[in-house]
Amino acid sequence: MVSLSNHERVLAEVDVLGRGANRGDRAFQTVVTAIAACVPIMLLGIVILLLLDALPALLRYGGAFLTQTTWDPVAEKFGAAAYVYGTVVTSLIALLLATPIGVGCALFIAEYAPIWMRAPVSFVIELLAAIPSIIYGLWGFFILAPIMRGAIEPFLKNSLGNVPAIGALFSGPAVGRDLLVAGVILSIMILPTITAVSREILRAVPDTQREGMLALGATRWETIRKAVLPYARGGIVGAAILGLARALGETMAVTMVIGNSSTQIRASLFTPGYTMASAIANQFTEADKEIYFSAIVSVALILLVVAAIMNILARLLVWSVARAPRAS
Amino acid sequence: MGRWQRRRITNALATALMTLSATAAVTVLLIILGHVVMQGLPSLNVAFFTERPLPPGEVGGGVAPAILGTLEMLGVAGLIGIPVGIATAIYLSEYGRGNLARAISFSVDLIAGLPSIAIGVFVWAWLVRNVVGQYNGLAGGVALAIIMIPILTRTVEETLRIVPDPLREASLALGIPRWKTILRVVLPTAQAGVITGVVLSLARAGGETAPLLLTALGNQFFNLDLLQPTAALPIQIYNYARSPYPDWQAKAWGGALVLITLIGVLSALTRWAVGRRTHAY
Repeated sequence: MVSLSNHERVLAEVDVLGRGANRGDRAFQTVVTAIAACVPIMLLGIVILLLLDALPALLRYGGAFLTQTTWDPVAEKFGAAAYVYGTVVTSLIALLLATPIGVGCALFIAEYAPIWMRAPVSFVIELLAAIPSIIYGLWGFFILAPIMRGAIEPFLKNSLGNVPAIGALFSGPAVGRDLLVAGVILSIMILPTITAVSREILRAVPDTQREGMLALGATRWETIRKAVLPYARGGIVGAAILGLARALGETMAVTMVIGNSSTQIRASLFTPGYTMASAIANQFTEADKEIYFSAIVSVALILLVVAAIMNILARLLVWSVARAPRAS
Repeated sequence: MGRWQRRRITNALATALMTLSATAAVTVLLIILGHVVMQGLPSLNVAFFTERPLPPGEVGGGVAPAILGTLEMLGVAGLIGIPVGIATAIYLSEYGRGNLARAISFSVDLIAGLPSIAIGVFVWAWLVRNVVGQYNGLAGGVALAIIMIPILTRTVEETLRIVPDPLREASLALGIPRWKTILRVVLPTAQAGVITGVVLSLARAGGETAPLLLTALGNQFFNLDLLQPTAALPIQIYNYARSPYPDWQAKAWGGALVLITLIGVLSALTRWAVGRRTHAY
């Protein structure tokens, strides 16, 4: 971070020295600034255009849009609660599965693996992020779904189905195209995000923290649990939220395994459903009436706002750790 | 059991769990890649790359229009996204201070985090409905450009920032104007990062499906007119995977293998080229 402020000082000096210097300079700066200014304008354009198209439905249905589950284009009754529920449930499943494994991977890379192994393992896990969403969808559709239906869901039902509080989550017939399968696919997709961000956070933990614990005779795990993790906690929460934000907006892979059939909210994770993103992908080209279209755009707008809030929150948390003053 | 022994066992257990997580992640990647290669290979032949899709139920044909369409739209995305991304990176690294720079930097982060389907809805409302009047490949290219820009900007900006300031100062001290310093000294020094950013962002855009479903729509025929609905490989994979015909499902795997190979080869080539260039310094 020291070099950054130095860089900024140099920029300031160049500004003073070059004031009114050269016509080429002024032209170049104007062009570059104008192009760069297109980026916030584009963001503004996205928000405004979506808002304009969403307005008719938002005004007509108001708060009921988020609380009602009836989605009936023929009767022109639109409530997106089931889509919101599907998004929340699948994202939470993904987060529950991916956070421990992702943080485990990050700890392995940053704290345990021999030096020569760190770069290759990081690279391989990052490859998971390079696989297009449609390929996760294809794999989930043909490979994962049959396994879930044939083996994993019956197993969950038999072992957990009768446990009092959580039994309802694993009831009903195993169909293999449902909220649980979507959550599992999402967990694989957000794993590289959580791993990469956590790894960077762990790298920002000053070595003096570890050295202090080790000098007192702590084992490696005790060092991690008592010195490293507390220091990195905020950043790791940020990593998880970044993963969550990615899961919320993920479309194709989810669309292919979630079933896209029910707009009912049921306790069982074996229920086929919709997420907000998969509802948009499935119904967008079918929207023949203006109010139907407006309702779909409203879903997109809500999704966009939630994703933006998650991203801002996550970045603040990550920065708070990565930018903290180093003790060394 | 003594206290020390308990601590040692806990430590060993934790080590095992971390190693297991990393092994699991790597295994999942290998399983997915393995399936794509094994299921995809049998459907690859000359016709797959040269012919157009046949009507439902007929066996044979290929996905050539989809490969062509993806390349067309990536071309459009590159023509828009590369200059905008690099210029934004130059602004942020070389000029950017104050409120405008903060607003631009913030917007780049936010756009990077937008769900791609929302970008699709936006481009549909803007280009498909208001400008062209029908689904078209140009809109698909613009949607991909919007996805590219934040990835490219961030990668290039980071590399520009680590170009040592003495290089800039030396060039300016020789009386070379600032714009020439940026274009002839700073950018060439950061060449490796620029190339990586361009390829990385193109690879990411090439695999996008959701925004294309709402903009380019897809097409079974060869089509070079960007104002018409245009086929794309990811859309073709999606449509074939959902179909009830085994031949089409096999072709979906073939398409997935082609897509993943394209992305892999691009990334590997960049690594190789960048590696060679950095050794030269």
